[in-house]
Amino acid sequence: MSKKAVLSLFIVITTALAACGGGPTPSAAPAATQPATGGGPEKGGEIIIVYKDDLATLDPAIGYDWTNWPAIKLVFDGLLDYDSGTTIQPRIAEALPEVSADGLTYTFKLRQGVKFSNGRELNADDIVYTMTRVLDPKTGSPGAGFFVGIKGAQEFIDGSATSVEGIQAVDPSTVQFTLTAPDVTFLNKMALNFAFIVPKEEVEKAGENFGHAPVGTGPFVLKEWKAGQFLTFDRNPNYFFEGRPFLDKVTIEVGVEPDVALLRLEKGEIQLMGDPPPGADWTRISADPAWTDRIEVEATVNTTYIAINTTVAPFDNVKVRQALNYAIDKQRIVQLLNGRATVANQVLPPLMPGYDASYTGYDYNPDKAKALLTEAGFADGFETSIECISVDPQPKLCESFQQDLDKVGIKLTINTLAAPNVIDDAGNGKTPLVWSGGLAWTQDYPDPDDFYSPILGCDSNVAGGWNWSRYCNETVHARSKELLSMTDREGRMAAYKDLFKTLMDDAVWVPVINGQYTVAHSDKLHGQPTLTHPEHLFSYETMWLSK
Amino acid sequence: MWTFLARRIVQTLPVLLGVSIITFVLIYLLPADPARMYAGPSATVETVARIRHELGLDQSLVVQYWTYITHAVRGDLGFSYRKQIAVTELILSRMPYTLALTLAGIFVELLIGLPVGIASAVARGKWADRAGMFIALVGISAPPFWLGLLLLYWFGFRLPILPLGGADEATSIVLPALTAGLGGAAWYARMMRSSTLDILSTDYVRTARAKGRSLFGVVVRHVLPNALNPIITMAGMDIPWFIGGVVLVERVFNWPGVGRMAVEAIETVDVPLILGTVIFTAVMVVASGILIDVVQGLVDPRIRHSRQS
Repeated sequence: MSKKAVLSLFIVITTALAACGGGPTPSAAPAATQPATGGGPEKGGEIIIVYKDDLATLDPAIGYDWTNWPAIKLVFDGLLDYDSGTTIQPRIAEALPEVSADGLTYTFKLRQGVKFSNGRELNADDIVYTMTRVLDPKTGSPGAGFFVGIKGAQEFIDGSATSVEGIQAVDPSTVQFTLTAPDVTFLNKMALNFAFIVPKEEVEKAGENFGHAPVGTGPFVLKEWKAGQFLTFDRNPNYFFEGRPFLDKVTIEVGVEPDVALLRLEKGEIQLMGDPPPGADWTRISADPAWTDRIEVEATVNTTYIAINTTVAPFDNVKVRQALNYAIDKQRIVQLLNGRATVANQVLPPLMPGYDASYTGYDYNPDKAKALLTEAGFADGFETSIECISVDPQPKLCESFQQDLDKVGIKLTINTLAAPNVIDDAGNGKTPLVWSGGLAWTQDYPDPDDFYSPILGCDSNVAGGWNWSRYCNETVHARSKELLSMTDREGRMAAYKDLFKTLMDDAVWVPVINGQYTVAHSDKLHGQPTLTHPEHLFSYETMWLSK
Repeated sequence: MWTFLARRIVQTLPVLLGVSIITFVLIYLLPADPARMYAGPSATVETVARIRHELGLDQSLVVQYWTYITHAVRGDLGFSYRKQIAVTELILSRMPYTLALTLAGIFVELLIGLPVGIASAVARGKWADRAGMFIALVGISAPPFWLGLLLLYWFGFRLPILPLGGADEATSIVLPALTAGLGGAAWYARMMRSSTLDILSTDYVRTARAKGRSLFGVVVRHVLPNALNPIITMAGMDIPWFIGGVVLVERVFNWPGVGRMAVEAIETVDVPLILGTVIFTAVMVVASGILIDVVQGLVDPRIRHSRQS
């Protein structure tokens, strides 16, 4: 569930955030895949990547944003990971877990010979320690909520139990999780950075400072961290995945404005830009053939939408909500973003399993919008307001909505506010419409439930929650609970298509765009199969430099 | 002198206390919930509540303030929510960079501002005066962000003689100091021009000139010492300005100072870090005020004597 924008968002200005974490693309299957560029990956070399935002922490239980996740993945690993797409693969686990017939028990066998960078071999107790630590309120992990479905987790959090009953080390290389209700997304949750394995002795030694003195089983080891300036990572000599990583050293520099970063890239001082190139420069470099090998455009798994508060008049009338969907010219929003987005017609983004490619949704049709408004008794239109975050280009996009709605007789007032205020107002139902630009919903993991339960489900329809439409459809809700235990994947995805179609018929959002991630890098830097990945963003483990 | 210093230091305590209370109340009134920021958007309402409790944010404002201030007087400014490091440690690690940029910036201001101001005054009404004041106007008007990028582009990229930002090399400070100092230099030039003009029209200057002293000699012997006092006051006031105001310069040049960290803290609603940087800045403002008083006393006997009487 979720989008991790928040933290980093506030820090600056990026668009919404994102993705689940970051890390080596291909799974742990120790067969080196060939890079797309032809010619095998070469070993050695150092790269520098720069970001505008400072890095907060490398503690996998705490880090929760776009800059943190790929960096955490440098040092840590989890039981599970993704292949180059959205399929789950074993990583520290030897294979995908055995699931009991009732869907409640997951048994993981651990890969042999995985060592922490301090030299100690990992065992099942480390998994138990890691997961218990994430649930422990003292840790203050933002990810604790993902794991409350484990049996005994709530009792442990409440303090009525000293350990979590549903997390057990069966023997040194076997660990077993028991859930309170079937949840097929449990595997996705176990691939989140919160479940990356930490060694107890090092956490206890470092205390509060573990996020700055991390020890894990990942491909690199943190060498030096100069706060607010840079972090350097050396190859982990104990890494379990033979032949990886290819690079000797990775340096992350922070605090570099994208304008300056692009100059440094052109000068050859750095190899990778962590932030998208600035809009004006993007127009120039994307049209320049010399840059073809140095830029990448990857769709992100997110949807930016207008949330319609379904509890306030006149938006409690479904016809008015549908009219809004017909009235918005989404193509113009794409133009305003220099083409760095695609038009969205449904809740799920195209890369998300369960996306319905045959669904056409609401087209841009002001006449139909007007007809619907007349049917609803608003032939003369009405006045309403929308909240947008005050960071460019969001106010500009809201002005475009204003013009669109003006054509169908709706007078729209735009309230631009700082992101925290928009989140607060939207979460408490204080605004009829919210533009989620800069706060778009981005997947935590590739399962359609991640776009339902946290933002459109009844459980999230609470004050301060993310269900900005204040929408709760009991029938849909009951269905979503059933789907969490459905193991037939194809049948499940088909069912989600129906579920989301119901939401679109109910017009709870105006889905507007699906974002794209744009990256500029050195033409000598390669990855497998590309530098960017829908789940990991950057996969340092598979990056390599050509001479 | 010492009683004067002691009195000035005691006077600052209510100021610091006031600053801390106002900042505390302002943060408390923010519509953004620090626990929600910390927890991330997808955290459940229960997780947010748990984190709020762990951070002590569910206590009353008075209790929170008392806890904070009793720790603060012992030098413990708390633990940054986002950076997961002690605030005192964070500020101390950034302070040398901020102080270095402040001193280098003021140095640039004086180095450029004083000669231009004097030259303009001496050449009053001639082309050199007009050129000097025109450049000063441009300097005052140029946005530091734009100026910084322009300098970076030319000196870092096109004729790469200086680093493209960062703080790794000794020469790294040149461009940020120039960017931060150029705007200020223009103010100093205008200030210096008008005080030089005032002094040049005084009787003692006319007498000195009548005795046959050269213009250069008059400027060095009479104009400079007398014009120094307002300049010292200005430089003293520049210290807090630089500490709080060079955020944009720090951003363009990736200079790891306190100002940039303060902005990041505000953006992430990192309460302990916001409080820490505000209180730190307040201390610096107050300290530079005391410093001006002391230096003025040392430079100008009239001030020193008036304090003793």
